[in-house]
Amino acid sequence: MIRFYVDDLKEGLMIALGAIRANKMRSALTTLGIVIGIVSVTLMGTAIEGLDRAFNKSIAVIGADVLYVQKWPWGGGGNWWEIRNRKDLLIQHAKAIEEDATTVASVSPVMGTGRSVKYSGKVIDNVVVFGTDADFIETTKANVGLGRFMTSMESEGGRPVCVIGSEVAESLFPNEYPIGKTIKVGNYPYRVVGVLEKQGSFLGIQSFDNRVYVPITRFFSEFMSRRHGISIWVRAESLESVDETKEELRGILRRVRKVEPREADDFAINQQEILIQTFNQIGGVIAAVGLFITGLALFVGGIGIMNIMFVSVTERTKEIGLRKAIGAPNRSILMQFLLESAVICLLGGIVGVVIAFPLSLIIDQILPTAMPVSIVIVALLISVFVGVVSGFLPAYRASRMDPVDALRYE
Amino acid sequence: MAEAVIHLRDITKMYQMGAEEVHALRGITLDIMRNEYVAVMGPSGSGKSTLMNIIGCLDTPTSGVYELNNLNVSEMNDNQLARIRNKEIGFVFQTFNLLARSDVLHNVELPLIYGGVGSGDRRKQAMEAIDQVGLGDRFHHKPNELSGGQRQRVAIARALVTRPSILLADEPTGNLDSKTGEEIMGLFDILHQQGNTIILVTHEEDIAAHAFRRVRVKDGHVERDEPVTERKIAVHSSLASA
Repeated sequence: MIRFYVDDLKEGLMIALGAIRANKMRSALTTLGIVIGIVSVTLMGTAIEGLDRAFNKSIAVIGADVLYVQKWPWGGGGNWWEIRNRKDLLIQHAKAIEEDATTVASVSPVMGTGRSVKYSGKVIDNVVVFGTDADFIETTKANVGLGRFMTSMESEGGRPVCVIGSEVAESLFPNEYPIGKTIKVGNYPYRVVGVLEKQGSFLGIQSFDNRVYVPITRFFSEFMSRRHGISIWVRAESLESVDETKEELRGILRRVRKVEPREADDFAINQQEILIQTFNQIGGVIAAVGLFITGLALFVGGIGIMNIMFVSVTERTKEIGLRKAIGAPNRSILMQFLLESAVICLLGGIVGVVIAFPLSLIIDQILPTAMPVSIVIVALLISVFVGVVSGFLPAYRASRMDPVDALRYE
Repeated sequence: MAEAVIHLRDITKMYQMGAEEVHALRGITLDIMRNEYVAVMGPSGSGKSTLMNIIGCLDTPTSGVYELNNLNVSEMNDNQLARIRNKEIGFVFQTFNLLARSDVLHNVELPLIYGGVGSGDRRKQAMEAIDQVGLGDRFHHKPNELSGGQRQRVAIARALVTRPSILLADEPTGNLDSKTGEEIMGLFDILHQQGNTIILVTHEEDIAAHAFRRVRVKDGHVERDEPVTERKIAVHSSLASA
């Protein structure tokens, strides 16, 4: 019995390939819709994959166990006016956390602004200048590539020293050893004591390496007043205790900022998870829209296949009659035409994937990605599925033909 | 007494043609024995084709009993009938009905594929059948590379390959010139001598004269059922050279 199915399948496959070969032009035109559908499915999948990958790489820099105490919540929401009028977070709030919190590993006040950076005639505009303290390296777990990070002596004493990001280092010191050199940040001289290792970028848009870190006390005197709000970056004791740490921070901040028990927090404690949630929402919308468009393309392609399969069935009425006369059961006829439509669509799918591959290399230029094997497999499965679904009605009609009428058909 | 391969009792067939009821068969009773060679004759509209379709299990009667090899086929469903057609009946059509894109071997193998015969046996049986009709050197020719007579031989090989109980030939010489037609009739003579049961549907007296028994159908009845008195013997000599 199994052998019968195998032979039946082989026969069906042979007929399908024969029919496609006999109608090359027609098959090619029919399958165009499927090709377009599969190209869009594959590219959409590749782009989403690339976005995911870029996001996951970026998010790692942010750290799952780091809490960012800020005025503004990530991911939006809340009353804009209320948030805008909140009291700023100040350096003393960071001090309070440092002194009172028991579940934190390290705390760093961070303040940033944009400045140009110069060294011996070379200028980079719009470098992000971060004012922070010596604990920053502990808070972010960033790696120092050359030299060292600033010491607590330097940060508390407001010494004119800086640590630079790898991108800044490459631009200013293409052929020089940067440590010990004095660069100008804005209009002020800073001596380079260290270079951080490359950290990458956020979604390929904002680089983490185009930065200069200076002592926050000096930052206040040279770039922005200490009345401006800062962020407080806090590394929790462990990944498991993040929620506990968060609660502890809330308690301390509410106390030092004198928030009444009935009032809501007048600060936000941001963490990686919020970004992940936001990203998943956006990603979901992108995927849904993409799915709808590609689904539409495949639907139109499927209708084309159904149409041509009806033609194919009608053309071969006599052959169907003959096959039935010599003993083909309805099932075999059904399978023969289902196979034909599935094979046409599968070929369309393969062509689609082959076309999509070089296009995915273009996407790669913008969003580092590679066409994943899983997408290729899914695309081929989808094309076979479309073939079976759109071929079903014509195949069913063929299988139900009356052999007498079919044999008499001219 | 010889065993009846085909046993028809009071077979009727009625069609609905719009509002009209067409009685194609009005009670046919007929027995055909093993190794008989019968010609079924009748003008168009006589019910001859309907009778052939019922005998060939392509259609079922409205009423009456049809037993093929003691199996009641009058109440079988589509797929059961397909199985009976595959095992018991070898069709030969006026228009050959070969698969144009397949070679001779595959055309002849086709019934065995649907019969579930394994590829080794299939090939062997198909080659034997092709040898039997004298086309042993044409296994891999496509139908369009063959003459009309050769195509009909392929069709006969396809009908023979499952060793069916009956060969059912519907105007087998209708698309052939008279000389080639004679050759095909010669082939049927040989197959009959080898023990096959043959039912020949035709409207040509000349062709019907090759059979041993002649059944005339008219207006859905068997009008006459008689032995062929002046039987025509086909020329066999040309078979080898065909």
